[in-house]
Amino acid sequence: MEGGSVLRHGLPGEQLLPLTSADAVSMADTLVSIRDLRVAFGGVPALRGVDLDVRRGEAVGLVGESGCGKSVTWLAALGLLPAKAAVAGQVLLDGQDLLGASPATLDRIRGGRIAMIFQDPASALNPVHRVGRQVEEALRLHRGMAGPAARAEARRLFDLVGIPDAGRRLDTYPHEMSGGQNQRVMIAMALAGQPELLVADEPTTALDATIQAQILDLLRRLQAETGMALVLISHDLGVVADMCSRVGVMYAGRVVEQAPAGALFTHPAHPYTVGLLGALPDMVGPRRRLSAIPGGVPEPWNLPPGCAFAPRCDHASPACAAAVPALQPAGDRHLAACIRVNARAPEPA
Amino acid sequence: MLRFLGLRLARAALTIGLVVTFAFVVLRLSGDPALMIMSPEAPAEAIAAFRHAWGLDQPIWAQYLRYFGAILHGELGQSMRDGRPAIQLVAERIPATLAITLPALLVKVGLGIPAGIHAALHRDSLTDRIVMAGAVAGFTVPSFVLGLLLVLLFAVQLGWLPSGGQESWRSAILPVITLGLGGAGILARFTRSAMLEVLGQPYIRTASAKGVPWRAVVRGHALPNAAIPTVTVVGFMVGSLIAGAVVVESVFSWPGVGRLLVVAVANRDLAVVQCILLLVAATMVLSNLIVDLLYGVLDPRLRSQAAAGAH
Repeated sequence: MEGGSVLRHGLPGEQLLPLTSADAVSMADTLVSIRDLRVAFGGVPALRGVDLDVRRGEAVGLVGESGCGKSVTWLAALGLLPAKAAVAGQVLLDGQDLLGASPATLDRIRGGRIAMIFQDPASALNPVHRVGRQVEEALRLHRGMAGPAARAEARRLFDLVGIPDAGRRLDTYPHEMSGGQNQRVMIAMALAGQPELLVADEPTTALDATIQAQILDLLRRLQAETGMALVLISHDLGVVADMCSRVGVMYAGRVVEQAPAGALFTHPAHPYTVGLLGALPDMVGPRRRLSAIPGGVPEPWNLPPGCAFAPRCDHASPACAAAVPALQPAGDRHLAACIRVNARAPEPA
Repeated sequence: MLRFLGLRLARAALTIGLVVTFAFVVLRLSGDPALMIMSPEAPAEAIAAFRHAWGLDQPIWAQYLRYFGAILHGELGQSMRDGRPAIQLVAERIPATLAITLPALLVKVGLGIPAGIHAALHRDSLTDRIVMAGAVAGFTVPSFVLGLLLVLLFAVQLGWLPSGGQESWRSAILPVITLGLGGAGILARFTRSAMLEVLGQPYIRTASAKGVPWRAVVRGHALPNAAIPTVTVVGFMVGSLIAGAVVVESVFSWPGVGRLLVVAVANRDLAVVQCILLLVAATMVLSNLIVDLLYGVLDPRLRSQAAAGAH
């Protein structure tokens, strides 16, 4: 716990700030709490101590370049990584650690309390089973439904996620549907277990732009209607800004900044986040040359000492190589893992 | 569907026609049946009479046309050796061949598929290594070597089983094991790689992510997909039920179709060889057809393709 303790409310770093009523509510309302999650594949680290909280009903965005560990974080949390992955740390769901949980416990939680949808819906659905059957399987597992009741409920879910002609669509195979329709099936399947958290891993990356917007609208509507929490994994800052109230930024297997979406986009505290935002075109204002972050993400087997971003950072100093910087307060509910954060005056809340 | 079947049947007929032609050419180019069946010391008039009786004195293309025409009429000719209809000679041997190839098929499927599945599910474990070493040995050791080794061990050294012949059901045990082990090795490897391929697919992760217990993921999501490539190999084995035991029948002096083929080729007994080849081609083509139809049952994607191609 020590590694992640700075994140807990009321601990030294945040005692300086007055607790707001929102903080008091959120303390009791934490659904999933990831602490110092570490994953290595054959000795090569993929996650190097991830700390992240998800509160009930909130939408959290998780952004970063591919390979930074966004997906691995949640695959590891749900025990979905291959056996050769070494996983350490804590993933607490209502205080219960998922990383030591029995297979039977995990099977009840997966799909039942935490559901997950994936990037490429066409290959995420089993090609030899009808889509209705795949949804009914989740209904049977988590709600004990079978036969006509399960079919009726699957049909209701298809209607809910906006699949036209739901009754007939239940009997089609994934290859007979478009990518957007398949993703709707995946979402219906995820909703079947009435989860408290839906983890959407790049749910629109493989889809056309117009379909992307439809799927995101659907996720937003479903989240509002069901009250479930949503983790949106994306490399698209615009999508995350649009959908999420809080955002975590990951770099080289760690969360380097997390903040309410508004604060993150207006006052980014970590140089990596600053660089990501600088690479986005502005919607208003004069045209300017987009700035790219120099260099590339370091290979996971060849990380620099201390801050992994230091070699690409304009503000790097010798002190950056001394130790991996911990997340520290950079504003109201705003944390950043950069040694320069302490040196600056806190931004107005 | 009708067009699909029609195309298949046309292809099957073409295959069989090519097999018949190829066999005719090879057999007629490689030696003179008259000299093989009569002894080379036989009087020249006798050989000439034999040639005339069997039409061997006619131009080769005329012989071919006559032969092909007869096959189209369902006449497969007579054995040059004992004058009986070739089809009768071959048919007499089929039960003996099936008596070892059918149990061997059970060994292949019953041993190879479970071993391959187990190896895939416990990849890189000790059992995986043992199964795969056995599989490699099973299909790299030629069947005549394996057969002779088994004879040495169980017939010569231990004296438990007969070394050949067809005296009792015990005579069939060694041929069945010889045939079965090699095929089981092939099938184990194919099943393992098919399973590994499927287990790495995103839909397997989806099934786990929605809370399906692992055993049910394997049974309900992985096996139906891995069955598709495995069926191809099993189909090939079904296709070789008649002709797959040539070597093993020879090693164990088992009086089946395979040994008849060896003897008939040695004697240039054209009609018998042709008849066996025709039978082999027909079983191969038939099993391929069954495999194609099974694909449609197993894989809805191919079903829609066939439907799209047939409208």
